[in-house]
Amino acid sequence: MMTASLRQGDGFAGRADAVYETLIRAHQTLSDEESAALNARLVLILANEVGDPAVLEQAIALARRSLRPADPDHARP
Amino acid sequence: MSHGLSQNPRFSSAPMHEPTGGSRRRPVVVIGAGPVGLTCAIDLATRGVPVVVLDDDDTVATGSRAICWAKRTLEIWDRLGIGQRMVDKGVTWSVGRVFHGEQELYRFDLLPETGHRRPAFINLQQYYVEEYLIARAADFPELIELRWKHEVTDLTRTAEGVRLAVATPDGATTLDAEWVLAADGARSPTRTRMGLPFPGQRFEERFLIADVRMKADFPTERLFWFEPTFHAGQSALLHRQPDDVFRIDFQLGPEADPELERQPERVMPRVRAIVGEDTPVSLEWCSVYSFRCARLERFVHGRVVFVGDSAHVVSPFGARGGNGGIQDADNLCWKLALVLRGEAPESLIATYDEERGHAADENILNSSRTTNFMTPKTRAERHLRDGVLDLAAEAPFARSLLNAGRLSRPCSLAGLSLQTPDPVPQAAGPRPGDVCVDAPVVDAAGRAGWLLDSLGGSFTLLVFAGAGAPDPSRLSGLPPGLRCVVVAGRPLALPGAEVLPGAEVLPGTEMLLDAEGVAGLRYGAGSCAAYLIRPDAHVAARFAEIDGQRVTEALARACGRSVTSAQEAA
Repeated sequence: MMTASLRQGDGFAGRADAVYETLIRAHQTLSDEESAALNARLVLILANEVGDPAVLEQAIALARRSLRPADPDHARP
Repeated sequence: MSHGLSQNPRFSSAPMHEPTGGSRRRPVVVIGAGPVGLTCAIDLATRGVPVVVLDDDDTVATGSRAICWAKRTLEIWDRLGIGQRMVDKGVTWSVGRVFHGEQELYRFDLLPETGHRRPAFINLQQYYVEEYLIARAADFPELIELRWKHEVTDLTRTAEGVRLAVATPDGATTLDAEWVLAADGARSPTRTRMGLPFPGQRFEERFLIADVRMKADFPTERLFWFEPTFHAGQSALLHRQPDDVFRIDFQLGPEADPELERQPERVMPRVRAIVGEDTPVSLEWCSVYSFRCARLERFVHGRVVFVGDSAHVVSPFGARGGNGGIQDADNLCWKLALVLRGEAPESLIATYDEERGHAADENILNSSRTTNFMTPKTRAERHLRDGVLDLAAEAPFARSLLNAGRLSRPCSLAGLSLQTPDPVPQAAGPRPGDVCVDAPVVDAAGRAGWLLDSLGGSFTLLVFAGAGAPDPSRLSGLPPGLRCVVVAGRPLALPGAEVLPGAEVLPGTEMLLDAEGVAGLRYGAGSCAAYLIRPDAHVAARFAEIDGQRVTEALARACGRSVTSAQEAA
């Protein structure tokens, strides 16, 4: 069986700035705690949209790779 | 504390008598007369194997302990002749409801279709289960010796088997056994005595179990609350048991003081908060517990075999402990009987470790995932968990993420050594390794019954004959002595003795009528001509066409007679 792979190319079709603005606007007026709660819910909703756990794992691996080493709260894998 | 309406029964046993005849060695000694040890003893006795059961106590379980018994367990107990008594006393349920606060998030039905003899679950206190198993064991006075107040004090593995030192009310004695089954529970003294590590994960969270007696109109369903309004903790669970007893399980958090929390003056306000002030309530039993998920690396150590909680423990959410243990017994006993009779090599016992080790891993995985969902350990985990709860009311996908316990289902043994690879993977029906599903059938005398009553016990070839009478030539060339059950799609005459003219196709062939067509559908009879069913009612192999040679090979493989060569071929 072919394993689906994570899209790393641009999937925004020219609307990248609008998407980014949408993400920022989603957090307007929220406290840090509320923003964290919102992000968790977004992750759950988008994880369902992705569906395939293998793709999700690749997304998580990319996200963890991109963490800044200086951030003491986040251990590198 | 008392149980139910009466005091715990006390049992006594006469001094152990020396076995008569040649060998003084007992074929099988079971340590521990809990549900799993007793099920082992009865299963072995049904196969003619004499068993001594040693227990260091003289009564049944204190407190309700394990209460949820799954369909698969009931089917195993049916095979052992004690299922009906359990069901008659037990509280039958198949629906669970999950709440967040006061809001119902979703409802699930564990057995949404008809045409099964047994329900998804019954609730029955462990002390009743043990009492009924003890009564059933008494039906085999020539084969089962139950020895109360017999405590194993030492265990030595010898070339021929195992020697046990036993402290009895009449003094110390020794007992030689070919095989010892350690069914002595989560804190297994046998495991400790043999110095076996029990690696796993310990969970800090503490839970309170309260069994209360009351006349209350809670539905006969599994009710689970996240963040209940009546309890400050994270979750609560309610089950109805027989005798108007309810099990309420309160999540207390990791900081709770077990000694303090089990005091009735602490417990009763929690109970009152859920049942109200007006309902008369009495506290039957309570316990504060934490738990771990752990297993032995191997369940078979020479001639000592671990079954049930001595081999593996899980969290209680999912009812996978007791039900997993009963499936251990079901898996082991036919193999042990074949080995003792010299009909299978001793290596067959290694497949108990392979198959039930796989099941234990599955149970531990499910149970750990539930626990992780119920006890978020970081802020990030907490946000994800709360996100699932808050989304679940609106979005169906979040309901599948919601984990209030993944309830025990029979483990599939697909792909393991004893099973023959599936020649018809696209076909409906249980695949090699799956447990057989039930269906309504009519027997040759015209009586309505259940397919599972005709399967299990011994190896059986389940043949689907289609619409007409089966052609006897199709059943030639089968292994001698293999039991055949033929399911015919349509009667050729109704009613009366001539219902199934195919009844004489082969001596010893049992004929069943698939009167409602359900069996054929559930077994993909259009694509599958026959199934080879193991004595534990798991499918060993299935066949698009009946071929004596293939059936013979699959049977040899399922008996462990050609495991190695079959693995190489596969």
